[in-house]
Formats: sequence, C-alpha cells, structure tokens
Amino acid sequence: MKRHLDRREFIQLAGLATAGIGVVFSSGLRGVSLAAAEGKEKDFMFLQMSDLHWGFSGPAVNPDAEGTLDKAIAHVNALPNQPDFIVFTGDLTHTTDDPQERRKRLAHVRDAFGKLKVKTHRYLAGEHDASLDHAEAFKEFFGQTHYTFDHKGVHFIVLDNVSDPTGKLGDDQIDWLRTDLKKLDKEAPIVVLTHRPLFDLAPDWDWSTSDGGAAIEALMPHEYVTVFYGHIHQEHHQMTGHIPHHAAKGLMFALPAPHSVPKKAPIPWDAANPYGGLGFRTVQTKDGADDVALTEWPVVKS
Amino acid sequence: MKRIITVTAFVLFAAVAMTAGRHRFATAAVPGGAEQVVKMTAKRFEYNPSQITLKKGVPVILEITALDRDHGFKVPDLGIRADLKSGEVTRVRIVPDRTGTFEFRCDVFCGSGHEDMAGEIIVVD
Repeated sequence: MKRHLDRREFIQLAGLATAGIGVVFSSGLRGVSLAAAEGKEKDFMFLQMSDLHWGFSGPAVNPDAEGTLDKAIAHVNALPNQPDFIVFTGDLTHTTDDPQERRKRLAHVRDAFGKLKVKTHRYLAGEHDASLDHAEAFKEFFGQTHYTFDHKGVHFIVLDNVSDPTGKLGDDQIDWLRTDLKKLDKEAPIVVLTHRPLFDLAPDWDWSTSDGGAAIEALMPHEYVTVFYGHIHQEHHQMTGHIPHHAAKGLMFALPAPHSVPKKAPIPWDAANPYGGLGFRTVQTKDGADDVALTEWPVVKS
Repeated sequence: MKRIITVTAFVLFAAVAMTAGRHRFATAAVPGGAEQVVKMTAKRFEYNPSQITLKKGVPVILEITALDRDHGFKVPDLGIRADLKSGEVTRVRIVPDRTGTFEFRCDVFCGSGHEDMAGEIIVVD
C-alpha cells in the first residue's frame, strides 16, 4: 500500500521535534522501507552533521568554539548504533579572506573527521567554504561539490548551491540533475543533499536558492524524494508538494526561526543550557514500517 | 563598464543597449537627463551612503560603483536586484510609488561581514 504524508501528518511530524534527543518520522523515505520490506535491501542509518564553522570566534554565542566539534565527534563515536556513513552538509569552516587560512581550516576539519569511527563520509560545501574562491580550496581537500552515490537501494544526489556566490545551482548543474534523474525509476527512493534550502524559506535572510525551483520541478515526478540540508542552523521541516525538506542544526551557533526577529543574528549562548540549539541528526530506515526515524542528538551525550 | 537597471513602480522595465569602451550599456536609455543621480559605492562590507532618502513619485538613478569585488544590490520589498561587478558602475533607476523604509543588502556572498552589508531606502512624501 502506498501512502503519502499529507499536510496534517507533516505538521504533526514537525511538532514532534523536541529539544535534546528528539525523534520525528518522515514518510518521504518510505520507498526505502518498502524496498526493505520486500527483502530487496537492508535497512540502514546515516548521520548528518552540518555547519561546523570551524574558525568562527564569538564568545557571546559559543565560548567553546574550539571544543564543540571534538565533543560532537565524541558523541557520534559513543552512539550505540553507528551509522553506515556520515554526510556533512556544508559550512565545514567559517569564511576567511585569506586563502592560506581557508586551507588551514579545511585541513583541520579533515583531520578532525579522521577521529570518527565511521570512515565513510560524504562532503558538501557551504558558502563559507566555497563562495569566495568558487570551491577551489574545498575541492583540494574534499573533492567534487556535486555528485551522486548509491547506498542499499537509495540514490543520493549531492547538489552545490554555494560555489556560485550568488547562491544558485546554475543551468549546467540543473541539466546534470535532469540527466541523472532520467536514469531512475519514478518510484526509486531518492535523497537530495544540499546546503541552502532549495525552496524560498526566507530569501531576504539568504535562506533560498535562486534557481532551486528548477531542481524541485525536476524532482517532482519522482515519488519518493527527501531533501536534507543545512545553512539555517536549526531543525526545520517543510513540504514542497510531496517532497519533505529537513534542515539540520549546526555545530557552532544557532540561528533564530525564519522572520522571528527583525534582523537575523546568532542566538546568544545560554549558560543554563550550554550547546542548546546545536547538534546532529541520524536518519534510520525501519524494516517494514511506513516511516523512517529522524533523531536529533545534542552535542554532548546526556 | 556601466550598466543601467530601471525600476518603476517596482517593476523592472528598462531597456539597455551595449556601448563601446568602459560603458557596457548606453546611458541613452535614461530619459531626459534631468533625473536625480545618487552616487553610491559598495565594498566589503558596506554601502556608502547606507541610507538614502527619496521622494515618492520622483525618479532617481542610483549609480553604484563596486570598489573591491563583485557584490549584489537587492531590495526585496521593492522587487529590485542587480549584480554589481567589481570596478564597474551599475545604474539602477527607481521611481518609488509608496512611502516607507526599505532595506537593501548584498546578496552575493562576499566574506565574513557579508551578513551585515546592508542599508535602507527611505521614501517620504
């Protein structure tokens, strides 16, 4: 039986998001679960880390800027169930005008990622990593900025909406996406990974992709598509048609909800709730179930 | 290089023409030559001036020079945006049709202070 997540269910999903370890469910990946139920593939879990902003300095929003990443890595390594792989959805480093300093920061995070038990990683650039040099330095350390890979029956598509400083995908990449999608069955489970939201979440806050609508339009004929992204430094869930989009928390500073304040600015550190608003996420497919579980984990193991 | 972008009643309608030398587009697209010109500069991470006061219904041309690198000029509430190419002058024609304060900002990522590169247009009667 096929069933799509309707609007009310999606609101319930979003409403389940909680502080600390929050679990939400999404039917957007149900194609994966169906495949598992039919014995075609095995379930799996992957982990999303985003917006590390290594090199950022701002004691008012994170007095532990140099320690947060290591704490998060320690927590990931302590998870009872280790993911099959880890995706890093951009802004691994905080921007700098100095190309050498940029490379120093990229080298630091690359070395830090080496401490993770799980060794299969997929990297995305953010505008802080890539927009000032069209991803030249990022590619030296982490390779291409848009690509695909497959895992246990799921087709993953990594899109780059940051190498162009105007924050768009560009016609060539959109054509590349369309060509890739033509190879797939309309019922194939697809996960899209990107840094900026593909839809207009808050364009005046730079929370959009100017030509993201073309990518969504290309994805719309496909039944099971889920998008995971970063950039906005908070958990957020939104539907465009039948496609759910899930934003991840960051690992350096939190940002306010879209248009909740007159001016976008990092949320000050709360000594009563250190690392509040920061964290990472796991995505677990469940054998035979209708849903997959999105679990939000805090920086430090509680 | 010089470019002109014309916006009237918040709808872009300017036609532009190519020219030789340092001018990308012909200034002949600007009617009359009597319109007020406001010269601006853009550099990391500021516009100068960052506050512009205009009169409702009175056309004005913003003549913006990007001094150090590419920037953007976006006024979301007026539906205006332009690319500011490094070393070039970009001309944006505005005919404000309502009063209020309208933020403009850079929408081409330009570095650590990008988020703060903004200003405002104040339209008065």
